[in-house]
Amino acid sequence: MTRINLTVDGVKYEEDVEPRLLLVHLLRDRLGKTGTPIGCDTGNCGACTVMLDGRSAKSCSVLAVQSDGCDVLTVEGLAEGERWHPMQRAFHEEHALQCGYCTPGMIMAAIDLLKDDPDPSDEAIRDGLEGNLCRCTGYCNIVRAVRRGAQSMSDQEAVSGR
Amino acid sequence: MTEELDAGLVAQKIAESDMLGEPAPDRHEVGAARRRKEDARLVTGRTQWTDNIQLPGMLHVAFLRSPMAHARITGVDTSAARSMPGVIAAFSGRDFAGEQGTLPCAWPVTEDIVIPDHPPMAVDEVRYAGEAVACVVATDRYKANDALEAIEIDYEPLPPVLDMTEALKDGGPKVHEAGNRAYTWKYAEGDIDAAFRDAPVVIERTFVQQRLIPTAMEPRAVVAQTDGDHFTLHSATQIPHILRIMLAQVTGIPEHKLRVVAPDVGGGFGSKLQVTAEEVLLLLLTRRLGKPVKWTESRSEGNLTVHHGRDQLQRVSLAADADGRLRGMRVDLLADMGAYLMLVTPGIPILGAFMYNGIYKMDAYDFTCTGVFTTKMPTDAYRGAGRPEATFAVERLMDELAAELSLDPIEVRRRNWITHEEFPYTTIAGLTYDSGNYEAATDRALALFGYDKLRAEQVDRRDRGDPVQLGIGVSTFTEMCGLAPSRVLGSLSYGAGGWEHASVRMLPTGRVEVVTGASPHGQGHETAWSQIVADALGVPFEDVSVLHGDTAISHKGMDTYGSRSLAVGGVAVVQACEKVKDKARHIAAHLLEASADDVEFDGGRFKVRGTDAGKTIQEIALAAFAAHDLPDGVEPSLDSDATFDPENFSFPHGTHLCAIEVDTETGATKIRSYVAVDDVGKVVNPLIVEGQVHGGLAQGIAQALFEEAVYDAEGNLLTTTMADYLVPSAADLPDFITERTETPATSNPLGVKGVGEAGTIASTPAVVNAIVDALRPYGVNDVPMPCTPERVWRALQGGTS
Amino acid sequence: MIPAPFDYVRPSSLDEAVSVLADAGEDAKVLSGGQSLLPLLRLRLAYPSVLVDVGRLAELHGVRDEDGHVLIGATTTHDEVVRSPIVNAECPLLALAAATVADPAVRHRGTFGGSLAHGDPAGDLPAVALALDMEFLVHSASGERVVAARDFFLDYLETALEPGDILAAVRVPKLGEGWGFHYEKFHRTAQSWAIVGVAAAVRVSGGTGGEPRRVEEARIGLTNMGPTPVRATAVETAVPGLELNGSSYGPTANGNGSNRTNGSGRPGAHCADGAHAGDALRQAASAAADGTSPPTDLHATPDYRRHLAGVLTHRALLTAAATV
Repeated sequence: MTRINLTVDGVKYEEDVEPRLLLVHLLRDRLGKTGTPIGCDTGNCGACTVMLDGRSAKSCSVLAVQSDGCDVLTVEGLAEGERWHPMQRAFHEEHALQCGYCTPGMIMAAIDLLKDDPDPSDEAIRDGLEGNLCRCTGYCNIVRAVRRGAQSMSDQEAVSGR
Repeated sequence: MTEELDAGLVAQKIAESDMLGEPAPDRHEVGAARRRKEDARLVTGRTQWTDNIQLPGMLHVAFLRSPMAHARITGVDTSAARSMPGVIAAFSGRDFAGEQGTLPCAWPVTEDIVIPDHPPMAVDEVRYAGEAVACVVATDRYKANDALEAIEIDYEPLPPVLDMTEALKDGGPKVHEAGNRAYTWKYAEGDIDAAFRDAPVVIERTFVQQRLIPTAMEPRAVVAQTDGDHFTLHSATQIPHILRIMLAQVTGIPEHKLRVVAPDVGGGFGSKLQVTAEEVLLLLLTRRLGKPVKWTESRSEGNLTVHHGRDQLQRVSLAADADGRLRGMRVDLLADMGAYLMLVTPGIPILGAFMYNGIYKMDAYDFTCTGVFTTKMPTDAYRGAGRPEATFAVERLMDELAAELSLDPIEVRRRNWITHEEFPYTTIAGLTYDSGNYEAATDRALALFGYDKLRAEQVDRRDRGDPVQLGIGVSTFTEMCGLAPSRVLGSLSYGAGGWEHASVRMLPTGRVEVVTGASPHGQGHETAWSQIVADALGVPFEDVSVLHGDTAISHKGMDTYGSRSLAVGGVAVVQACEKVKDKARHIAAHLLEASADDVEFDGGRFKVRGTDAGKTIQEIALAAFAAHDLPDGVEPSLDSDATFDPENFSFPHGTHLCAIEVDTETGATKIRSYVAVDDVGKVVNPLIVEGQVHGGLAQGIAQALFEEAVYDAEGNLLTTTMADYLVPSAADLPDFITERTETPATSNPLGVKGVGEAGTIASTPAVVNAIVDALRPYGVNDVPMPCTPERVWRALQGGTS
Repeated sequence: MIPAPFDYVRPSSLDEAVSVLADAGEDAKVLSGGQSLLPLLRLRLAYPSVLVDVGRLAELHGVRDEDGHVLIGATTTHDEVVRSPIVNAECPLLALAAATVADPAVRHRGTFGGSLAHGDPAGDLPAVALALDMEFLVHSASGERVVAARDFFLDYLETALEPGDILAAVRVPKLGEGWGFHYEKFHRTAQSWAIVGVAAAVRVSGGTGGEPRRVEEARIGLTNMGPTPVRATAVETAVPGLELNGSSYGPTANGNGSNRTNGSGRPGAHCADGAHAGDALRQAASAAADGTSPPTDLHATPDYRRHLAGVLTHRALLTAAATV
């Protein structure tokens, strides 16, 4: 067992873990963060995408011990109370989800891609989401949602004067 | 007004109404692009997936799976596994032999069909790589997985059976004692010999519908528990109701003591329309151990053992007159069943039997399908289920016919399709298409696509010898949806009916609970059903809750598959609402001291005609609950049940056009534009409809370009991971242009037809037709699927891959 | 799937890492970002006894501009390589190739050194390492040694790294003025491995005062054309002196802004004339596969890979030259 400290969605945790424990299993099975699902075992599908120290990472391809000292943000930590993150709203508004299994990872990947490119073209959105697979939507509405999310995030920044 | 203008106006009007998310006060909920109620939990991570479930004392199950396609099991030793830390138990097939029964096949398509025993866990022989041979139950999933490696199984290899044509030859290795032919099913109508005799044109082709892995994003998961008497099974399934009945029969647990729950389910596409070995075994394990047990598959386990789709060899021929008019069609199918017949395995290609004629008129049709056993994972329903295969064949043949006659592929279709004046029309395959307007959908699609301009560009590229050629693919399709009239299912030897059930309960506070027997796994039933109820009862959309997927709450149902939910289940909801309204009108008339005939219902209010006196339906609900002053013989409370059994299938149709660029130097292809104009009849929620079309397109295009389950010469699956089985990402697909025309179905009061499978059915031939069209000047007349760059390149070299 | 058990050590210095590794025996594995290793562990295709996590060692991290070369620490992530101003100024081929590795989330975690040490010939970086004659700085209990790229990749997933070795950094020689670069990756989906990749660096002369543009020198590395990355030596020998102007290149596709291709990531790169008569550069490039032994897998056969290598090498040369 290895002792690790990490912050998940703003809460500090101290856990003793087997070195082989995957971060996603720590989140789901130990910390109850079941909002982050698992879709594959090779890092291809992206359903388990979270922010690890501010950038997207596939939590099925990270050992819990590697996240020692890190700040983890999952889809469950995006909303402020009942106020959804603009990207969550955008996915809802644009009908960018059906079964919703890929959605947590897709939203995290979408927020991440805006960090480099706050006003992405459709092409950049599609490329930025290449590591997140969806089987339901055909992606058209996801692209629209990311565009809308980008717009409202930049509006929000303009309002808050940042 | 011309046909084209008419279609254009309809499409424009639809587009305008789609802009509005919420209906204006005077507008109806049905038809409005309501944002989904389901989304709130899904975008915030509060979804209840089966794998999320944690129960006190819960144990975890892992399965050991056969590494061989075909072998006799000669020895099993689980003792080392049992002694590992945290391991509660380890069992092999022999430990379940007297108890596990056989997995059901509900569709014996012929009298003489061979349905072999299908033990959930292999006992003496394994017949496909991935078949469960042992399991471990441990305190956590890590320990359960570790202990699998300590189980020893001795195998005596048997020869694999992999090729269908070889499998049918005498004297070869057999999958089952009874031989490799499961059944042969035939249909014939008209004089097929006359149709082909002296036909000026005969097109013959052999198409391979490659094996696909459905790949719902949520892997399967099962949780089983018991209090010693009653059992509860949570499963990532599309069919909690059917599952309950089947599991009761297989396990001997009385039906009334078994509750099946499908919580949030992350996609299915047919793959979760199954009674699986794992569901049976987890019930047996919880019964044996008295503890809750959970199993969640990994993706690589799922690729091996979730039933596969398609896998047919299609030998098809078309006879036509010199002007392109169709005379007849012959279809000779070999359908790979895999190693066993699962829930509806044998029926899948038969669903296609009625669709090979597509939207066309012809004089004769002859269909034969032979189901063949191989040592591979069984096949079963995958989005479209038989109908995509049929549509592919006929739409590919129509393009080949056009090429043969040097006609435009649209023109060949026009000369053969059923015109809109001819409905209802009974086809050569015996179905009666109730409505449709192929002209309108096609004209609209051509306009949106810019067909003539793209054809001109194609000519230009050909003339220039451009290394990047342009191809245009056409697919005009229909499908039989709304599965299904129970009488028809009975005539096809299916084991159950095709009706659907709904209950509507007006609560004392005026809110409404709707119980549906359809079992959503991503479609948005909670939203669409709320819209239907809001209109029918005149209550706010927000005041409706939809309950589903739990046999203790929704006690009757036939679940969700075959584009049936709205066309069958939605209609049941309408009927249940009508019953509530009838009762409420009766009560209202009593309270208003009027005759029921004088009471009219509008916008949620019962009103005495010609007066201001009235009662809202919420007031009636409270009155019915209080029961202080009800008419004689009227029972308290305001609720109802309804079951709808359709008289006929519904027949969505559409025209899809695909423009594709083909790099003749590398074989790379790129979809330039894709237009889909679908006619799914009346629409409850255009947003949901569009989403279904988009997703269907992605899956159909993926069959054309990317996906294939590949077994090696020993029968091992090579595409076990998502690194090998290529599911396209956003970066691999184009934007789609989608519109609708609207020809209401006449077979149900909503006028709806179903949309779940449309995109998948239409798009595969559109893409392949486009690729072949691009390469036709090079002498290419087919490219096998998936049309990988290498296969395209090889076709250009005049070889096959 | 779930990894088999292993021990885990996170040393606080390279020296400590080297000594831990020396004691740990043959079955120890070095863990950096884990983006190649974790899937192998989960599928139980690898059973290390202990993972030595070097992912946080500052001395293995970062990009430095040094005399005559760029030094890239082994734990520098792909994402950091792509963003590095030094890399983009001095050895942009590396950034171009690293940007095609997997997907953004994987590039955030996966490391430059980890990819090279994994030695997968289908990986995008080994061919670049070979084309640019990088040098591998390897640390072990017996000290530091430098291995040239041509000596580093030995066989499929086999490199010059021995048990006990840690790849600390890679030196990328600066090529100087007049070079253009391109990485041409041909794959079936955005996320999938290269069927064939071509890493090309081209030095170009001419182009002013009516002087024809010519290839002066070329370095070409091929991805997935054998059990190791390979240099297209025959092409490198043949192209110096060949004219670029006569060789056709340029998109003929009508642009619709989309780049969705089942195959090459660069649909625009095509020759405008079908016959290619007298196109000496194209002719020379078609020898790219000489001496290679490309693999058969689910996505392509050796014949097709050989054909692609020629076509893609030509495109890569032209695209690289156009960046000068």
